[in-house]
Amino acid sequence: MPQNEMSNISNPLPAVRFENVSRHFDQVRAVDNVSLEIRDGEFFSMLGPSGSGKTTCLRLIAGFEQPTSGKIFLHGAEVGELPPYERDVNTVFQDYALFPHMTVAENVGYGLMIRQVPGAERNERVNQALELVRLPQMGQRKPSQLSGGQRQRIALARALVNRPRVLLLDEPLGALDLKLRQEMQIELKEIQKRVGITFVFVTHDQEEALTMSDRIAVFNAGRIEQIGTPSQVYEHPATAFVAGFVGTSNLVRSDIAQKLTGSAQTFSIRPEKIRMVEPGTPVQNGWASVEGTIREVVYLGMFTRYIVAVEGGRELTVVRQNLDETSMDVLNAEGKRVQLTWQRAFDRMLETP
Amino acid sequence: MASISSAEPSPSFVRRLSTFLHKHPALVLILLLAVPLLWLGVIYLGSLGALLLQSFFKLDDFTGLVVREFTLDTYRQLFTQANLDIIIRSAVMAATVTIACALLAFPISFYMARYASSTGKVAFYIAVTLPLWSSYLVRVYSWKLILAKEGVIGWIFQALGLEPLLNAILAVPTIGGPSLSVSMYGTFLAFVYVWLPYMIIPTYTALERVPRSMLEASADLGARPQQTFWRVILPLALPGVIAGSIFTFSLTLGDYIIPGVLGNSAFFIGQVVLVQQGTAGNIPLAAAFTVVPMVIMFIYLFIAGRLGAFEAL
Repeated sequence: MPQNEMSNISNPLPAVRFENVSRHFDQVRAVDNVSLEIRDGEFFSMLGPSGSGKTTCLRLIAGFEQPTSGKIFLHGAEVGELPPYERDVNTVFQDYALFPHMTVAENVGYGLMIRQVPGAERNERVNQALELVRLPQMGQRKPSQLSGGQRQRIALARALVNRPRVLLLDEPLGALDLKLRQEMQIELKEIQKRVGITFVFVTHDQEEALTMSDRIAVFNAGRIEQIGTPSQVYEHPATAFVAGFVGTSNLVRSDIAQKLTGSAQTFSIRPEKIRMVEPGTPVQNGWASVEGTIREVVYLGMFTRYIVAVEGGRELTVVRQNLDETSMDVLNAEGKRVQLTWQRAFDRMLETP
Repeated sequence: MASISSAEPSPSFVRRLSTFLHKHPALVLILLLAVPLLWLGVIYLGSLGALLLQSFFKLDDFTGLVVREFTLDTYRQLFTQANLDIIIRSAVMAATVTIACALLAFPISFYMARYASSTGKVAFYIAVTLPLWSSYLVRVYSWKLILAKEGVIGWIFQALGLEPLLNAILAVPTIGGPSLSVSMYGTFLAFVYVWLPYMIIPTYTALERVPRSMLEASADLGARPQQTFWRVILPLALPGVIAGSIFTFSLTLGDYIIPGVLGNSAFFIGQVVLVQQGTAGNIPLAAAFTVVPMVIMFIYLFIAGRLGAFEAL
């Protein structure tokens, strides 16, 4: 979309602000005292397992749900009980929710028609939006004649054509196959940069969140565990939940932690940070070291995952790129005695739950 | 299974049969469909064909026998003033009943599909279909009692001091009569009552199929509830309403009991068919009369299709 002044103006007001927002369904606390700020023009992801409250948060922003308590602000104005049709946000639905009785062009132009944008301008903007999602020839088709990926793009065009200040995306890539999903991730990010609209993206896929987001909020059981950039969330997980949900982590608890660090505080270490060396290799300063036996080898093509049993009945997962090994080599490693070492700097102390 | 020896006993007949059938799916299809297709093809469509054929014969006025020669004379008889009156009366009644049923059914179906809890839905469903469990005749005759001069409706009007109003309503020419039960009002009310479930169920089914997200999407794109109704809900429910209207319209056109029991003795198509093929023995004319509702339905569906009523299917 050509004219978009929003991206150039630095707006001190957050696009979305939650102030102690809760949403209860009978006894279930779907959203439990959540406070957050989404900056203007930011690609913000809400990441969490199903039932963690991320979609409810999105629906609270859209106006499909009303908070049980707390306040929600859009660009500084409290939206409270404002119905969806009076909010300057648009949503891309998980099931796309395209109107089956309308053509693609009618679907995309629906919001403009409702706002009584004159016909000529409406056509032009619909065409622009269809070009933006790279489906310029599809206007006269019916949604039923499109593939899943195409429907997804039309749903995106239908929302973007209205030039909302905030675009809400509810797991929009969930129904697509892996290849298409990865393509759409990059494309979505590019579109977001081009239009400069705040994107609020709900997903349960940590890789997706890491790929696209400026910042991520990790949800669990109706609460936010951590908000941060992808690297902050990945490299400095604040809680055991974040360490486990975003990527895989080895949680090193009490007894081994005591032995390695001298304190019983639980910490996490990423599998790719651990090196596997011959037992008895001298340990450098600032490195941790523990011996163990390879219990299981999972060959994943590009890399191999080793599960190593260490003293005290604990297991550590190690991931190693298959630089020099063949599949035969790695599979033969089962039962081998190894020494695991890693830089202590990569240990992440966790708030013990 | 442990040993694969050559001395395996020959498989049983059942196994050989099932293997054979597994390899010939077309045969299975034919076997499964033969009976229903015969039923549909021979008995159902065949009798319809016989009916059509009859309508092209005519009755010899002198001998009272059917002349089995192709002629359009019987159809010409349909266009005599008396018969045209009957056709128009029936069609207008059917259309009015259909519109009334649609107007009554929509809010009920909408509530059932959108707001009722799952137990509420079951309760509604039973309530809607409950009248169908009892005899149609019983229900029609009970309307006769309700609408009679001494019936409960008359009593209510009397109790409220609205008798002049009732008399004014009944004084309307053509559709009025001495009491509600011997007027077109009675025919109309009984028709609406009897066919309403046939409108509610398809309308409800169509509304139930509209996902909530579709309504949310409409609101999200700025549409007020009223706009969402006209632009999304109604178009998506229309195929259901049309399906319901096929029932209410054709059932009204073909019925001979309700206008017989509750009416001002003006004839409807169904009654003519009954009389012509029974008392008068004029089967060709009866057949020609039954072709009329079919033609009306075809025209109706054609127009509905042209107007895009089935685009949401």
